[in-house]
Amino acid sequence: MSADNRRRKAEHIRHLLDTEGDSVHENTRVFNEGRYESTADLDDYEALKDEARAIKEDAIERLPELVDEVTEAIEDNGGTVYVADDAADANRYITEVVDGRNAVKSKSMTSEEIEVNDALEASGANVWETDLAEFVLQIADEAPSHIVAPAIHKSREEIAALFNEVFEPEEPLETAEELTRFAREYLGEKILDAEVGMTGANFVTADTGTLALVTSEGNARKCVQATDTHVAVAGVEKVVPSVEDLQPFVELIGRSGTGQDITSYVSLFTPPGDSPTFGGGDEGGPGDDRELGPGDDRDFHLVLIDNGRMEMREDDQLRETLYCIRCSACANSCANFQHVGGHAFGGETYSGGIATGWEAGVHGEDSAAEFNDLCTGCSRCVNQCPVKIDIPWINTVVRDRINRGKDGDLDFLVEGLTPDEEPGGVDPQKRLFGNFDTLAKLGSAFAPLSNWVAQAGPARSLMERTLGVDSRRELPRFERESLVDWFEARGPRVGPDEARRRVALYPDAYTNYVRTERGKAAVRVLEALDVRVDIPAAGESGRAPLSQGMVATAQSNAEAVYDALAPAVAAGRDVVVIEPSDLAMFNREYERLLEEDSYEALDGHSYEIMEYVYGLLENGADVDALPDGDGERVAYHSHCQQRTLDLEPYTTAVLEDAGFDVTTSDVECCGMAGSFGYKSEYYELSVDVGESLVDQFTTDDTADRTVVASGTSCLEQLDALLTRRPAHPVRLLDGR
Amino acid sequence: MSAEPIATFESSLDEIDVDLVRTTADRFESALAPLLDAPAVGAPLPFENVSLPDAVETDPTVAELEAAATGVTAAGYGIADYGSVVIQGGADGEEPVSLYADEHVAVIAASDVLPDMDATFDRLAEDIRGGTGQAIVATGPSATADMGALVKGAHGPIDVTVVLLEDA
Ligand code: SF4
Repeated sequence: MSADNRRRKAEHIRHLLDTEGDSVHENTRVFNEGRYESTADLDDYEALKDEARAIKEDAIERLPELVDEVTEAIEDNGGTVYVADDAADANRYITEVVDGRNAVKSKSMTSEEIEVNDALEASGANVWETDLAEFVLQIADEAPSHIVAPAIHKSREEIAALFNEVFEPEEPLETAEELTRFAREYLGEKILDAEVGMTGANFVTADTGTLALVTSEGNARKCVQATDTHVAVAGVEKVVPSVEDLQPFVELIGRSGTGQDITSYVSLFTPPGDSPTFGGGDEGGPGDDRELGPGDDRDFHLVLIDNGRMEMREDDQLRETLYCIRCSACANSCANFQHVGGHAFGGETYSGGIATGWEAGVHGEDSAAEFNDLCTGCSRCVNQCPVKIDIPWINTVVRDRINRGKDGDLDFLVEGLTPDEEPGGVDPQKRLFGNFDTLAKLGSAFAPLSNWVAQAGPARSLMERTLGVDSRRELPRFERESLVDWFEARGPRVGPDEARRRVALYPDAYTNYVRTERGKAAVRVLEALDVRVDIPAAGESGRAPLSQGMVATAQSNAEAVYDALAPAVAAGRDVVVIEPSDLAMFNREYERLLEEDSYEALDGHSYEIMEYVYGLLENGADVDALPDGDGERVAYHSHCQQRTLDLEPYTTAVLEDAGFDVTTSDVECCGMAGSFGYKSEYYELSVDVGESLVDQFTTDDTADRTVVASGTSCLEQLDALLTRRPAHPVRLLDGR
Repeated sequence: MSAEPIATFESSLDEIDVDLVRTTADRFESALAPLLDAPAVGAPLPFENVSLPDAVETDPTVAELEAAATGVTAAGYGIADYGSVVIQGGADGEEPVSLYADEHVAVIAASDVLPDMDATFDRLAEDIRGGTGQAIVATGPSATADMGALVKGAHGPIDVTVVLLEDA
């Protein structure tokens, strides 16, 4: 990316943070908290997710067959099915069916994808969005900023100002209730005048041709009932085998989305329906003495949209995207999304974490490239997805493809520093961060000189211009003596015979070259608990290149790490990891990067440092061997990926056991996320996200607490934004 | 049907602010009377020895529908875990009656209250295969948060009351 493009991107983000950030943040926070509460009420949450996932896997596997089945079922019921190859094909068909008549619509992202309103209006038809948020956007002529709550970026005040300007009501509208009543009445007349009702479908059952619509306002029901012609538009992936299959989705979708146990209406229509119709026409209002007409000759058309989906189905990496039920959990649980919203974190149609998969599949990689970097791989969405899609992985794969698709010029400066496996054309900024290991090795070899040079004004402005490394960020300071060298000179202090356990401490690149202090503390804490420690010279885990979408480099790093740790694992030792993002690599991504046996062996023996200390204490080690916390008040920020692995409680428990008084943050991510916060185009967003964490650590209760955090990135972010200096929690247990 | 789903149904309804009125077939009219704000519309009820009073218009015009304060329909099932009612039917106008009035009164037989979604979808699947064209799982009144705050009563009813026929 050129310096100009970076600047433009930064400006766009800054503008959205100023204009839409507050509304988006407030609303997504409610959804996010609601989801945690509502899913906690389910006894069988995990089992429901497994069931939902299995249904989708099966449905997508058998999709062609199910499309035939649903077509037959709907034709038997008296309706029509049209499978549209692409948007143009769909719009041509729908325009013919609507034939210039008045249409009312309920919310459908798929109809946004094909931009059917434009096509219908061009053909002379009137189309009204009856979902209140879509109605607001239709009037404001804006795009959705969220897949479930499309006007989430607008405050009540803004909506009131818009309505008052456009409709000039006698009494200016103000409250949410007044706005709702007004819109209901206004749209009520449009519904009376309409002859065509358009809906989407959250699910379509192949066995009976039933559409399931998950809604709250009641407008979808009205659109179907009031009109003579029902047109439903749905992605072809919405087909599930049977009515019974709807059950897990109905229990999960509202909870996962807006945090409601269930939305007001889950409508199961097996069209054409026979509810009495209003028959359209131009009357309406209180004087309307029209009789309701019989509903028995309603027309029904299901338009199933391919638009790239059948190709996604053939794509081993993108296929999972088709399991998505568009609940929005991956947007609501995403720190970046919470702060900037879907107008930045989204492509032509879709927004949020999974949008990268959808956009790459339906609109192409260019659309995905616009926002894909906003996924930092923090993994907070992973456990939230009701169909268990590995959303960060999809983002990584698409990033890799975008990298490879470009034939850019190699930057000589970066080229020398980047002995990676990637083809030319990878953005120099990405290659720089992706090869952190090499950079750190050099930085350490030439420290402190390298630190002085790097921090000096001219170097910083060159780096900002050529590589987009924001000069407002302090760069990591490399230690002259790496942790591995220190340990080699020092040697283990617990004899093999007196050892309770033997461990290989993994020297991640940050701990090895930058934050050696936490590595030394970890060694001393383990030794205090009678553990014999070794530090094999293993390299960077692959996290750095992976986060830049450099999958091949990540894989070669992973293989090298495995080779370095395998002897210890084979000898029955435990592997202890300090940096949570590297442990998360071992636990999650290595499954895709290593042979199955290697992955299982390493994953099965790896522990986060505080988790390991917890295990030692549970199994007979004496907490008195560690310094007494003596009631010291501590504020702890766990790491995003660490929380995804459910490892936060161990740190809290160990610190409490050792006598500390601990309180924790509950933000999804610190906003730094490895290299993300260094990138000049994202610096301000990163700080905006970080401020939410800072707010939690500067309250009356927390302002004087010692701050500890597990991740390197979190420590850097907190260090930059707080006046107190944060440390890794293991350092509180270090006797010296 | 054991008493257990009914008790759960009642507490689920309570959580979503939906009133539950318990009655029997022979006391139905007097139980319904105080719930009927005029003008009222309705769809014929399928329960034995239970019918709607004359004041309830069962063949409304569009204007009468729009003006209705109360709309009475039967519900095919109740779902205890969620406090939902399932509005089924079509040609008799269950859909517009339950949608347009300010308050929807759903009449349900105690024996049709099912414990959970699992049981409900088994029954719904059977019904759909048997030709029931439409089933709305309705939980509380219509609602929206699109105007900057949660509002009860969006395009559909503002209030819901459930009448439980204990002997049906
Ligand atoms: S990817 Fe999962 S969490 Fe995200 S919208 Fe789709 S179903 Fe929901």
